[in-house]
Amino acid sequence: MQAASNTLAKNPLINPERTYADLTNDVCAPLEKFPTKTWYLAFFGALTILGIGALAVGITIARGIGMWGLNIPVGWAFDITNFVFWIGIGHAGTLISAILYLFRQKWRTAINRSAEAMTIFAVMTAGLFPVIHTGRPWYAFWLFPYPNHRELWVNFRSPLVWDVFAVSTYFTISLVFWYVGLIPDIATVRDRAKNKIRRVAYGILSLGWRGSARNWTHYEMAYLLLAALSTPLVLSVHSIVSFDFAVSILPGWHTTIFPPYFVAGAIFSGFAMVLNLLVIARKVFKLEDYITIYHLENMNKIMLLTGMMVGYAYIIEFFIAWYSGNIYERFAFINRATGPYWWCYWTMMTCNVLVPQIFWIRSWRRNLVVMFIASLLINVGMWFERFVIIVTSLHRDFIPANWGMYKPTMYEIGMLMGSFGFFLTFFLIFCRLLPTIAVFELKAIMKFKGKEEGELYA
Amino acid sequence: MHKEKGVMALFDDPERLLEATERVRKMNIEYMEAYTPFPVHGMEHAMGLKRSWIPWATLAFGLSGAALAFFFQVWTSAINWPINVGGKPYISWPAFVPVSFEGMVLISGLLTTLVLFIVCRIPNLTKPVFHPRITDDRFGLLVERMDPHYNETELQKIFKECDAKEVKTIM
Repeated sequence: MQAASNTLAKNPLINPERTYADLTNDVCAPLEKFPTKTWYLAFFGALTILGIGALAVGITIARGIGMWGLNIPVGWAFDITNFVFWIGIGHAGTLISAILYLFRQKWRTAINRSAEAMTIFAVMTAGLFPVIHTGRPWYAFWLFPYPNHRELWVNFRSPLVWDVFAVSTYFTISLVFWYVGLIPDIATVRDRAKNKIRRVAYGILSLGWRGSARNWTHYEMAYLLLAALSTPLVLSVHSIVSFDFAVSILPGWHTTIFPPYFVAGAIFSGFAMVLNLLVIARKVFKLEDYITIYHLENMNKIMLLTGMMVGYAYIIEFFIAWYSGNIYERFAFINRATGPYWWCYWTMMTCNVLVPQIFWIRSWRRNLVVMFIASLLINVGMWFERFVIIVTSLHRDFIPANWGMYKPTMYEIGMLMGSFGFFLTFFLIFCRLLPTIAVFELKAIMKFKGKEEGELYA
Repeated sequence: MHKEKGVMALFDDPERLLEATERVRKMNIEYMEAYTPFPVHGMEHAMGLKRSWIPWATLAFGLSGAALAFFFQVWTSAINWPINVGGKPYISWPAFVPVSFEGMVLISGLLTTLVLFIVCRIPNLTKPVFHPRITDDRFGLLVERMDPHYNETELQKIFKECDAKEVKTIM
């Protein structure tokens, strides 16, 4: 009753009628029965586009990257655009799992598991592109410093080497963080197992976790520390990705605004992707009681915020290009907006700056169809952002004699499609095999027998 | 040391578990362990557990990781095969910051997890699961028979008063 008179009363994070056992049942149910038709349909759809991508990659590797539209002056295009796009997608997962955890945002617990899974699959997808771009992916290990008979080391002053370290660390730590978070939930699935194979398989994966109080004390501390390590890590990764550009001297790339601008954009696009996945997953797996409209609304608010940060970056970048008095810099930006790739620039502007503005309206923030379409458009816009940054800066640099145009070939488009297939295939397998919601974390914030949530376990 | 034999009470409410734990502790019993589906806050206090020492290990790993990565870069770039890149100094330390940072995160993250596994004694697939609902919605408290203050009747009384749903003997 007191809560009703309190104007700042919190929205319930979970349908208050649910008990601990309901939560366990609802989250584990999709893992314990045969997949639905929808799942099979989605899975074969994903496999099909993965196949198209595999074909494109196979031909590229067999015949060389001359199959792509790359040439001087545009030596980076779809491959690096896709790389930055997918790495960015991953960042929302870490933001949700680590940064919101440190800020004690309790609503994050319902969505962090699937968001972290998305991070891992997105980083795996991203990692493919630089490796394929090397042209001879079997030599990709040359990127790491290892003792070799040539006695050469990598050049540690190169941002591309920093990137190798940043992305591989990011993948490793995200995977560890995700797995540590999964251990207690895998133990739950193990204890519900009806047959021996499941019991043994989940038993091994759960490492024999039994939830003793002494273990929980250390567990919670280690989890907090991993969150604390992941937080600067996620900021460093996209900053270092932006150094790939910012450390060069190319107009349009050589700007100090890049690291924060890239990080905001990464979180922006990542949230859009999490939202797209969750709107579908909560429906398909009947998790509406746990991933409520309130969660989705909060995500939309973050998209509105980061969308405006990105919009601010676009505008200030333009302003500084004019204000600097540097004719090359000024040209690079005017060329972006009015040159041959103008439509890419304005797609980016519309999707990233205008579209999120609809989230000022509460009823649209809470409308599934509206948010789904808006997130799709934001993903399109963020892909174009990277394309615009990379291609429009390269195609016309200092001397008009160096200018050129870039057009993707069908192999590059096939690889872009294939990357979605790769990502979705992994995500769909994850939804079948592991709990998509962090059951134990959600139980810890649940209301129990009329007590206010968080009161007991704040 | 711990044989995990004794009496186990299963509650359906974390508050009743806390209450029972506090009362068992008042009997001066030390050999007890709670098994819960999620970390019940207040449990460390009720059982008299100390704060985890893992952060100190993480700090040490983080510093060593950063130092290792930094000096590896110095050694490869300035000592093992000095190469002049764009006229920069051999030890161009600002350029070594990103990789040193990643070294810190990688090494401390991995070793923290390893330490967690060691202190939790996992992986361990041989120890029994006392009750399948402990990872679902039951909160178990195990009191070991080997404790010098173990008193079966007194414990049964506490468990009953704290509304235990089930009390079982672990042989």
